[in-house]
Amino acid sequence: MKKFSLVAILMFFAVASYAGGYRVSTQGQRALAMGHSGVAVVNSAELAFFNPAGLVYLEDKLNISAGVTGVISNVRWQNEMTGGFAETESSMGTPFYLYASYSISEKLALGLSVYTPYGSSVEWPTDWAGSHLINNIDLQAIYIQPLVSYKITDNLSVGGGPIFATGSVNFNRNLNRTLTDEQGVRSNVEVDASGVNAWGWSASAMFSPIDSLRIGVNYRSEIILKAEDGDATFNNVPDSPLAPVSNGRVAFNAELPMPAELTIGASYEFNKWLFAFDYNRTFWGVYESLDIDFVPDNIPDSFNPRNYKDSSTYRFGVQYAALDKLDLRLGYYFDESPVQSGYFAPETPRNDSHGYTGGFSYQISSKVAIDASFAYLRFAEVDESYDHYKENGQEVSFGGTYKSNAFLPGLGVTVKL
Amino acid sequence: MKNTIKYMALVALGFVACEPEFENSVEDGDISYTSGEADFSNYVALGNSLTAGFADNALYIKGQENSYPNILASQFELVGGGEFTQPLMNDNLGGLLLAGNQIQNTRLILDVGASGQPAPTNIPGTPTTEITNTLSGPFNNMGVPGAKSFHLVAPGYGNVAGVAMGQANPYFVRFRSEENATVLGDALAQNPTFFSLWIGNNDVLSYAVSGGTGVNQIGNFDPSTYGSNDITDPNVFAQVFSSQVSALMQSASAGVVLNIPNVTDTPFFTTVPNNALVLDASQATSLTAYFNAVSQVFAGVLMSQGVPQEQAIALASQYAITFNEGPNRFIIDVPVTQANPLGFRQMTEDELIQLQVNQGALQNGYGSVVITPEVQQVLATLMQGGTPSPEEVNILFSAVSGLDDGDVLDSSEIAEIETATAAFNATIKNVAEANGLAFVDANALLNQVANGGFKSNDGTPFTNAFATGGAFSLDGIHLTPRGYALIAEQIIKAIEEKYNADIPDVNVGQYSEGPSLY
Repeated sequence: MKKFSLVAILMFFAVASYAGGYRVSTQGQRALAMGHSGVAVVNSAELAFFNPAGLVYLEDKLNISAGVTGVISNVRWQNEMTGGFAETESSMGTPFYLYASYSISEKLALGLSVYTPYGSSVEWPTDWAGSHLINNIDLQAIYIQPLVSYKITDNLSVGGGPIFATGSVNFNRNLNRTLTDEQGVRSNVEVDASGVNAWGWSASAMFSPIDSLRIGVNYRSEIILKAEDGDATFNNVPDSPLAPVSNGRVAFNAELPMPAELTIGASYEFNKWLFAFDYNRTFWGVYESLDIDFVPDNIPDSFNPRNYKDSSTYRFGVQYAALDKLDLRLGYYFDESPVQSGYFAPETPRNDSHGYTGGFSYQISSKVAIDASFAYLRFAEVDESYDHYKENGQEVSFGGTYKSNAFLPGLGVTVKL
Repeated sequence: MKNTIKYMALVALGFVACEPEFENSVEDGDISYTSGEADFSNYVALGNSLTAGFADNALYIKGQENSYPNILASQFELVGGGEFTQPLMNDNLGGLLLAGNQIQNTRLILDVGASGQPAPTNIPGTPTTEITNTLSGPFNNMGVPGAKSFHLVAPGYGNVAGVAMGQANPYFVRFRSEENATVLGDALAQNPTFFSLWIGNNDVLSYAVSGGTGVNQIGNFDPSTYGSNDITDPNVFAQVFSSQVSALMQSASAGVVLNIPNVTDTPFFTTVPNNALVLDASQATSLTAYFNAVSQVFAGVLMSQGVPQEQAIALASQYAITFNEGPNRFIIDVPVTQANPLGFRQMTEDELIQLQVNQGALQNGYGSVVITPEVQQVLATLMQGGTPSPEEVNILFSAVSGLDDGDVLDSSEIAEIETATAAFNATIKNVAEANGLAFVDANALLNQVANGGFKSNDGTPFTNAFATGGAFSLDGIHLTPRGYALIAEQIIKAIEEKYNADIPDVNVGQYSEGPSLY
């Protein structure tokens, strides 16, 4: 009975883990079930992401964690003035992670991580009212990182390693609000770039003043993905020497920042309970503008101010060892949006959100555990607009009421050898 | 454990199904749009080309789809509006066939010709809309391009037999219910619950577009005697307009009327400035010298005919026109009178030139003087103090190439147009007030567009600049889709005020501002 009510409570609170901008916080089912907190939690190879300094504290020789999350997000837009409305296609993103650590000695562990911290998949109905800003976007970045974790003293360790990032983006929008070809099909441009590579790094530390209390800090550097000679394809432009561009493919250059993130947190163990708190500061201020430089000089470049601001996320999680083989978790986080008023572009329609999370791990053998998590993200209904789209030199606002939510079921496995 | 997983799976499914919901959803009808005291279930639109969706000097399907009545009808859908039908053309080329022969041109597009300069050009192709293929109606959009106020009540206006003689309208032939039907009769037969009426533009516009070659029929109460380029008598207009409204109010509980813009606010009359005769210093000097020569020679001619010297010089001095470096006003032809025996003068400040004036001819002396070698020879003779022969005088005088009456609106023609427009608009406003109708001051609206510009609710700017101002299509008179959307926005505003309605706004910026490139 007691067990049942706890599950019920977990369900009730099951909400939220995702983050502002195009950051997708799904880097470990165990942490995600606890509001995606884990900078000070020593539990599994998920530390490879949350705090590599902690890897050296893992008890087994080889630790592996892997998982995948289905991100099902929905966005609705409406404008009461004009009576217009639209909703995004229910598309599913599948961020994943794979972490491994190997203990070389009591003081040294090595690790490898592969994860997808940034991504976005939004598909509005083609030619909807905001199609001059976006029809659809699919953005993905994969981080690959070798790690080292070193214990300086019994209660202090450090860790980190270089990050190799590889990204891809596909984006389509209409050229403006009205231009069509001879058949009445809206003129549009699709930009596509893949295999965009860049390097970064992360470094972290973990400190345990007393056995039951851990404090962690982790910093992951900014990585700016620079697409050079990507493909931009203009479609359905009228065949006229007076059209602004011609149909066909041209090269483009653009850059998109994956902002730096600083996390500070603590965890406290008490009998069967573990409490965790993380504070994230994401340095979104670097995302000032999305500028697309079409290589041919006769094609006007596209300047899209974003003006993001640095933002904070507050994460709370609790774990309860219900049975020998079963750990139950729940969490909550509040995620502040980096998007400022007047810059609310429907390509990343994110306002502040509340995340409610829950999950469990079940030890199916002495070496293998199944990790499940679920998260529900709730965004308040918001009246917002993007005011910096320019047509004939004039700023044209596009706005209305937005309402989004996201549901993230995730499944993973933890192996300890 | 098994149960736990089952519960979780159920909850998971629940969340997947749980889409975000607005507190007040437009889609679910939670927003309280209302038709107020109006009933939009059967809306019928009456009018001329502006109502039909005419643009780029033609009627074609895309233009019809962007007609203001069609835009209105789509906004009315959320407040009880019914189906809205239009007598769609057969293609997007525009133009008409009568028994296989083309009787109207295809629409204009902006294209670069041999000159490399963008210019309006008829889109290539042969029209496929055969007017004798009568459509079966009724149609909610009863806009008939070319119709004047009294045409709406003229029996046989849709009789194909009258088209060749100009007694019937080829557009109405396409969708009239029967040969002797009237536009108003076909509208009334639909028992409209709501109507719009925008008529009277052509009662002055055709006169203006002809360059004032028609007749002002003020005082003539029989419109059957009017020529196509004449100005309608204001009493005739008042009589037909008020009787049309009364007839429509038999079935309709509400309606909207629009008044008539000043034709002089359209790019058709404002694009070519009357001082586009741009000269360098030597051209100005030689033109001045030429007109001085004309003045002196003409004084001599008068004196040789016995006119006293003082009087002759005074009369001839009007032709000693001075030209300056930079822009100068053109010369126009005027009727020969005693006060102006040579029949030409320089344009005055407010006079207007038509958009369609031959630009190539203007480059070659049309609007000033065509100086040929023969003329130069006469001028040389005069320089040497010689006396020109009658033949040489004739060569000298006929070198003047004033703009034709049909290419300009002179000040008296403009005054006639303004007087008639004001009279028609007074009637429209009175009838609207007497019948409790919504009223749109299209005159003030387009006046604002032409003088300083206008912004729609969503901030979309409009000016009357030709091809680039957003309001007017390539014919310089009819509107772009965005221009018609602006009209629809203003109509909705008027309806909301008059009938306490709340109707979704027109998203004006989403309509094309042209110019058509294909």
